[in-house]
Amino acid sequence: MFALHHRQRSPRLFTRNPAGTVRTLLLIAACITLMFYDHQRGHLQKVHAALSTLVYPVQAAVNAPYALASWAENALAVHIALVRENSRLKKQLLMDAAELQQTAALQQENARLRELMHSGATLSGHVVLADMLAVDTDPFRHLILIDKGTDNGVFDGQTLLDAHGIVGQVIQVGPVSAQVALITDPSQAIQVQINRTNQRTLAVGGADVNELSLPYLTNNADVKPGDLLVTSGLGGRYPAGYPVAVVTQVHRDPAEPFASISAHAVADLDHGHEVLLYFPAIPEPPAPNPGRHNKPKAAGKKTK
Amino acid sequence: MIDTVRRRANWVIVVTYLLCLLLSVWPVPSWAEPYRPAWVVLATVYWCLFLPHRVGLLVTFSVGILLDTLTGSLLGEHALALLLVAWVTLKLHLQIRVYPWWQQTLVVFGLMLLYSFVLFWVDGMLGYTQGVLLRWMPVLITALLWPWIMQLINMLQQRYQVS
Repeated sequence: MFALHHRQRSPRLFTRNPAGTVRTLLLIAACITLMFYDHQRGHLQKVHAALSTLVYPVQAAVNAPYALASWAENALAVHIALVRENSRLKKQLLMDAAELQQTAALQQENARLRELMHSGATLSGHVVLADMLAVDTDPFRHLILIDKGTDNGVFDGQTLLDAHGIVGQVIQVGPVSAQVALITDPSQAIQVQINRTNQRTLAVGGADVNELSLPYLTNNADVKPGDLLVTSGLGGRYPAGYPVAVVTQVHRDPAEPFASISAHAVADLDHGHEVLLYFPAIPEPPAPNPGRHNKPKAAGKKTK
Repeated sequence: MIDTVRRRANWVIVVTYLLCLLLSVWPVPSWAEPYRPAWVVLATVYWCLFLPHRVGLLVTFSVGILLDTLTGSLLGEHALALLLVAWVTLKLHLQIRVYPWWQQTLVVFGLMLLYSFVLFWVDGMLGYTQGVLLRWMPVLITALLWPWIMQLINMLQQRYQVS
C-alpha cells in the first residue's frame, strides 16, 4: 500500500535507459537520410509543404508585432504626412507614366525589329504583390519568407522582383507561404549579361546580403565599375532583361586568369517589405515543376 | 488528479519549446544574427536533464525538424545536432544534475561545441563556409545564459508541478 502510494506521488529519480542505443542510431540514420534526400531538391517537396504549414503559426506570431506596427502606422498617420506622401506619389506616377510611354514605343520597335530578324517574340508575364514576413532564418544564408504559397499559384523556381530589379527565386513552397533564396545567397548563381557590351556571365552570391561576385570573367574582359548587369534569360530560370546589379569594383591581377569583380544588387534586398511574384506568360513545359504532377492525383482523389 | 497534473506538465513543456522556437526566428538586426543564442538547445538540455522520462530523443528529433523548417536549413541538420546533444545529456543526466551551476555551464559549453560543430560540418559539406569565427559565438553566449534559463524553467517547473 505504502509502496504503491509512494511510487505514484514522487518524481521518478532513476529512468531506465532513456537513450537506448538502437533508438539513437535509428534516429541519427533518419536525420542523415532526410538530409541526403533533401539535398537532392524536389524529393521532399510534400514533406516541406506539410511542415511549412505546421510552423506557419509560429512565423505568423513572430511577424504579428511588425504587421501590427505597420498597420498602426497607416491607421494613425497624420493628415499632413498623408497629403505630402500623396503628392510625392502623384509626382512619381507622372514620371513613371512618361517613361512608360517611351517603353511602349520601344517595345513596338523591338517587336518590329525581331520580326525583321525572324527571331521569336519576347513574352512578358504579369506580377502579383507578396509581403515579406518579418522572420529570421539561417544567419549564414540569405533567405526570406513570403506570405503567398501554392494556394496563390506560387511555384518552385518562381522569380521575385521588386521596384528596382531581381530579388531572388522561390526554393521551397508550401500552401500559404514560400521560402525565397535571394540572388546573393551563397547557394545561388544567376545568368547575367553586361548591358553595355552584351557579355554573358554568371553572378554568384556570397557572405554579404547586397554583394554579388562575377568570378568567370577573364582579366581582359571589357567590364568597368558602373556597368549594369541584367538577366540574360539563359538557363530558363529568370526572365530576360531585368536589372540585377551594378558593378562596383574590378580588380585585375595579372597573376590570376580571372578578374575579381564585385557588384552591388540593385533590388532592396536587406530592407524591402513588398516583393513582386513574376508569372511568365506561358508556363515553360520542360522545366521540372513538382507542383504540376500533384494536380492529376488530387483530381483523381476527388472523383473517387 | 494525476491526469490534470500530467496535462499541465505537457502544457509547460510545449510552451517552453514554442517560446524557444519563436526566439530562434525572432527578427533582429542582421549584424546581431550570428550572435543569437541557441534557445532550443537550452530547452532540450533542461528537459533531458530533469525530465528524461518525458522528453527524450523522439521529442528532440521532432523539435529539430521544426527548427530546420523554420530556419530554412537542410531537413535533418538541426535535428541531428540536437539529437547528439540530447543523447549526451541523457547518458550523463544523473551526473550533470548534481553539478553546481558553474560546472553545468561548462557542460553546456561542451554540448554547444558539439552542436555548432555538427552544423558547421553539414554547412561545410554544402559549401556554406561563411563566418567561420562568428559560428562559434553562440557557443559562449548560450553557455553563459544557462544559469539564468535553468532558474527560469526550474521556477516554472516548481510552479506548475511538472514531473
